[in-house]
Amino acid sequence: MKTKLIINISRSLLLARWKQTLVAAVGVTFSITMFIGLLSFMSGLNDLLDGLIINRTPHIRLYNEIQPSKNQPIDLSKKYKNHYNFIRSVKPKNEKLEIYNSAAIIKALEKDDRVYGIAPKITTQVFYNVGSIDLTGVINGIDVESENKLFLFSDYVTEGNYIDLKNIPNSIILGKAAAEKMLANIGDVIQVTTAKGERMQLKVVGYFQSGLQEIDKVQSYASINTTQKLLGETSNYVTDIQIKLKDLLIAPQLAKEYQNLFDLEAIDIQTANSQFETGSFIRTLISYAVGITLLIVAGFGIYNILNMMIYDKMDSIAILKATGFSGKDVNAIFITIASSIGVFGGIMGLMFGLGLSALIDQVPFNTEALPTITTYPINYNIKFYIIGGVFSIITTYFAGYFPSRKASKIDPVVIIRGK
Amino acid sequence: MNEKIIEAIGINKYFHDPKTVKVLKEISFSVCKGEFVSITGKSGCGKSTLLYILSTMDTDYEGDLLIHGVSMKKKREGELAKVRNEKIGFVFQFHYLLNEFSVLKNVMLPGLKLGKRPEKEIEHYAYEKLKILGIESEALKKPNQLSGGQKQRVAIARALINNPLIIMGDEPTGNLDKKNSETVFNIFKELAEEYNQSLLIVTHDNEFADRTDRIIEMEDGKIINQ
Repeated sequence: MKTKLIINISRSLLLARWKQTLVAAVGVTFSITMFIGLLSFMSGLNDLLDGLIINRTPHIRLYNEIQPSKNQPIDLSKKYKNHYNFIRSVKPKNEKLEIYNSAAIIKALEKDDRVYGIAPKITTQVFYNVGSIDLTGVINGIDVESENKLFLFSDYVTEGNYIDLKNIPNSIILGKAAAEKMLANIGDVIQVTTAKGERMQLKVVGYFQSGLQEIDKVQSYASINTTQKLLGETSNYVTDIQIKLKDLLIAPQLAKEYQNLFDLEAIDIQTANSQFETGSFIRTLISYAVGITLLIVAGFGIYNILNMMIYDKMDSIAILKATGFSGKDVNAIFITIASSIGVFGGIMGLMFGLGLSALIDQVPFNTEALPTITTYPINYNIKFYIIGGVFSIITTYFAGYFPSRKASKIDPVVIIRGK
Repeated sequence: MNEKIIEAIGINKYFHDPKTVKVLKEISFSVCKGEFVSITGKSGCGKSTLLYILSTMDTDYEGDLLIHGVSMKKKREGELAKVRNEKIGFVFQFHYLLNEFSVLKNVMLPGLKLGKRPEKEIEHYAYEKLKILGIESEALKKPNQLSGGQKQRVAIARALINNPLIIMGDEPTGNLDKKNSETVFNIFKELAEEYNQSLLIVTHDNEFADRTDRIIEMEDGKIINQ
């Protein structure tokens, strides 16, 4: 009964000044719309940029690194155990890049149920022979199918079919920039030389474009068998084991575990790409800051309008109080007014925000660097809508709180006498 | 006589701005059921100030105020609002109707706030009050479509809606012409005589005051004659 009465009075006061009310609500709507649009777009862009690296980066990479031995002979000597030993000109030991016993390691990893998938890989330095010139390059020998499953390999093969790499023996997919340099078309045969001087003819079956020009200039892909053949190694030869996990967050901890277990170097995605996370974090922070600023500005708009309304309705408030409405009731009336502006404006804002996102999603966006993208990226995350909605209610509540408190404290005597 | 509706016991009141002035000095009096009392005095003698204290809207005073035998001194703001709602009806010099609502709704508002009866019944009751005051045909208009006299009659209907113990008026005829003043006075008189309604009206119109049951005359914050 009482709530109904308060809502009734609030509605009448609101409708009596519907133009002002509308302006206040439009302010909230605009800010929520921009908040949703901005965050969806920014987050979409973040996902895109992160995906550029993170989709193609293993969560954990196991490899052997050529490095000086950590235990120098003198450290083992009992005689010099309590001395500080300074050794100059330490050189790395003669060690192969190969992962020993790779087949057993892969088998062990396959059994680990934290692991989503494994892709073995060989990375090797080569020279592309173009006439009398040698261009340096890197060939990644990959297991075509698992590479595609884990790292969306086919997305980046812009011309040719990626599966030909497996089906056609001695084939290669060249980085687009490298192919342009070599003037190599699909179907052409190119010659590469390994660091050890072995030569091999490879057939170009496609182009590869990662979006990072520097990578496309040097990298190319061949199947793991072709690469083993090129290097003259057995079919056990693997230099990297790439692991994708079910849960990305446990990567650092698991990397440490594997490092000890398999006696290999292990690097996790967080360590390898910390700069990307920082970038995403800052971008997200900025978009939230801008979005929330918009909302607060809208809040001030509501505050102003309510303040004006209270000056305007001073007499009405006084008479309500004189006829038995308590300060609490008056407070409730103005809070109801503010909140209904917030709720109405907020809901409209969420809908317009979704519309704006959908609109941005339709804008064509073609860039050389990102072959799979045709329109601006948008992230339709329900989280933004919840934050926007909650925040619109909170800001309008506070925008209404102070004027309401003022209204509730109005002394009817002062106003009635003042006439 | 019969029961005391409102009783003031030794009320003192000070204004502190710009310097402390004692505006009410030891005011004591009471109003009984069915009495039609007027408070008169020169401008500035403190009669309106007294009325606001009696109406519980002003709580900054010394002494005690009993409404229907209950002290108002210790009550909190919310409780006082309830007392005003239930036991006191107001008529001011200016009508103070809410232009956002129809005449009928204006009359109904204190009743709805009290919430003791269903809305339909309050509406019916409001119509009756308007009928007593002869303005039931204007019920669905907005207040700003009425004349000054009609507005004041709506304000009286609003004061009556909760069957208050007492109706207080602060110069209720101050803004009206001779004819309308006469109408308002007759309504008050009728309420007192036919409905046994207590009334306490502040006025500086001696002609008005002379026709009431009792006159309380004030000068310089004191009652000089009652």
